[in-house]
Amino acid sequence: MNSVLKLILDGEALDTAQIGRILGLGAEAVDRELAALRQQGVLLGMRPVLNPGFESEHRVRAVIEIKVRTEGVGGFDAIAERISAFEQVESCYLMSGGYDLLVVVTADNLYKVAGFVHERLARIDGVQGTSTHFFLRAYKKDGFIVSSDAAGRDRPSVSP
Amino acid sequence: MDSSGRFVARHVATLPKSGIRDFFAIVSKMKDAVSLGIGEPDFVTPYHIREAAIASLEKGRTSYTDNRGTQQFREEVSRYVARNYGPEYDPDTEILGTIGVSEALDILLRAVLNPGDKVLYHEPCYVSYAPSVTLCHAEAIPIRTVSADQFALDPAALRAAWQPGCKLLVLNFPTNPTGGTADRAKLEAIAKFAIEKDLLVASDEIYSELTFEGDHVSIASLPGMRERTVFLHGFSKAFAMTGFRIGYACGPAAVIDGMLKVHQYGIMCAPIMSQEAAVEALRNGRDSMLHMRDKYRERRDFIVRRFNELGLKCHLPRGAFYAFPDITSTGLDSMTFAQKLLEQQKVAMVPGTAFGAAGAGFCRASFSTSYERIHEAGERIARFLDGLPRR
Repeated sequence: MNSVLKLILDGEALDTAQIGRILGLGAEAVDRELAALRQQGVLLGMRPVLNPGFESEHRVRAVIEIKVRTEGVGGFDAIAERISAFEQVESCYLMSGGYDLLVVVTADNLYKVAGFVHERLARIDGVQGTSTHFFLRAYKKDGFIVSSDAAGRDRPSVSP
Repeated sequence: MDSSGRFVARHVATLPKSGIRDFFAIVSKMKDAVSLGIGEPDFVTPYHIREAAIASLEKGRTSYTDNRGTQQFREEVSRYVARNYGPEYDPDTEILGTIGVSEALDILLRAVLNPGDKVLYHEPCYVSYAPSVTLCHAEAIPIRTVSADQFALDPAALRAAWQPGCKLLVLNFPTNPTGGTADRAKLEAIAKFAIEKDLLVASDEIYSELTFEGDHVSIASLPGMRERTVFLHGFSKAFAMTGFRIGYACGPAAVIDGMLKVHQYGIMCAPIMSQEAAVEALRNGRDSMLHMRDKYRERRDFIVRRFNELGLKCHLPRGAFYAFPDITSTGLDSMTFAQKLLEQQKVAMVPGTAFGAAGAGFCRASFSTSYERIHEAGERIARFLDGLPRR
């Protein structure tokens, strides 16, 4: 794997100058590498991973299972791309199993999610049914443990 | 006023405290210190290994075990050692489960040393070797290893240090704190000398899986050495299991029997859940171990390059997870360097002298920590060096 990408995926909050120093490259070389990864479509973007407890307290997140009919509406891709275009949609996946699309949405409150489901999703030609589940509490997010009872907390800072 | 000190035995009262303790006391009270002083993996034990311990508890396996460890534990150790190091040990008579290598070495010393016996060991080395020998009323004789040799033990230096009364030679490759290793040729020369002088060898190979350059060779695998070597190993470093406190000794039956006596009166047995976690590590832990080893190697390359860029000459450690830069270019001694660095820039490195007189002029920096911290420590050390008077 690309060494710059590997460092980013390790989840360490390093800036490009730091990455450059660690890998023995200049910051500019790292920037070039990142630009190339973006251009190749490998790296879509980089965002901080926030503790959901510190995100805006009224914001809610839901996962919506969607069953679709593909005939006459352009197939899965056409529907999935249309749904992905909504700004409320964080992610959208085609799934195997009992439903077809899995969509994660965030909104300011529960009513806005409800409004999005029945006013937007349900009106899309091809959407046959939805099932919405709200997130209650996060224990792990994007590979990070959320719990405050962190591993290694009692590890001595100096040991033989 | 506490006057209970009068009850403490003379040889304990006069034993110096570990230099590391003083640093720990200061660093633990400092809020934003960056510590390169950590002598254990920064990884959490791989989940499948933790799960084995959890399963052991869930099944209610909370009893003592055989003093030597469970049959399953000893059989698994026997297979692992034969596969990775060469010698074959009988699980019934030649393997003993212990509370880490620390206990294994301690009970070995107590089992074989008579008062006044002499023990050879190479320095700089792990902090407990010499004190553990002293606690046995025996004499510890250091053999200096040097940076120019990448802190490998020079067989000629061993010969020069030998004196009548030497009974035991303690080896530790890869070495904490220097990352020194010993290649086959050196080990063969050491083995030849051990046979010539009829020395028992204690080989602490706790860092052996974390060998980055070349293949690790155990002295126990060399001709004529199995019968005079006690191979000491454990799970703390390679499998990130320090808190499990589990290790083992493999060696000739009579020596293991002697150790067993000390172990059964003092310890009874290693914790059963740790033994079961260890079995899982031996069976299925290789991938996690290799992953961690790769991470250490990457961080090693960075920290060594950084020290050299900063003008602190640093050899490439061939194993373990410590860099051992030479700080003499600053004009400071190890202790002063470490103290000032901690006071002025809040970076903790352990003075080389904590690992014996041969560590003078060096400091130990653990790279068992994140890139972020290593990077930040590098920036702070650069500022610290800039603030020193020009030489």
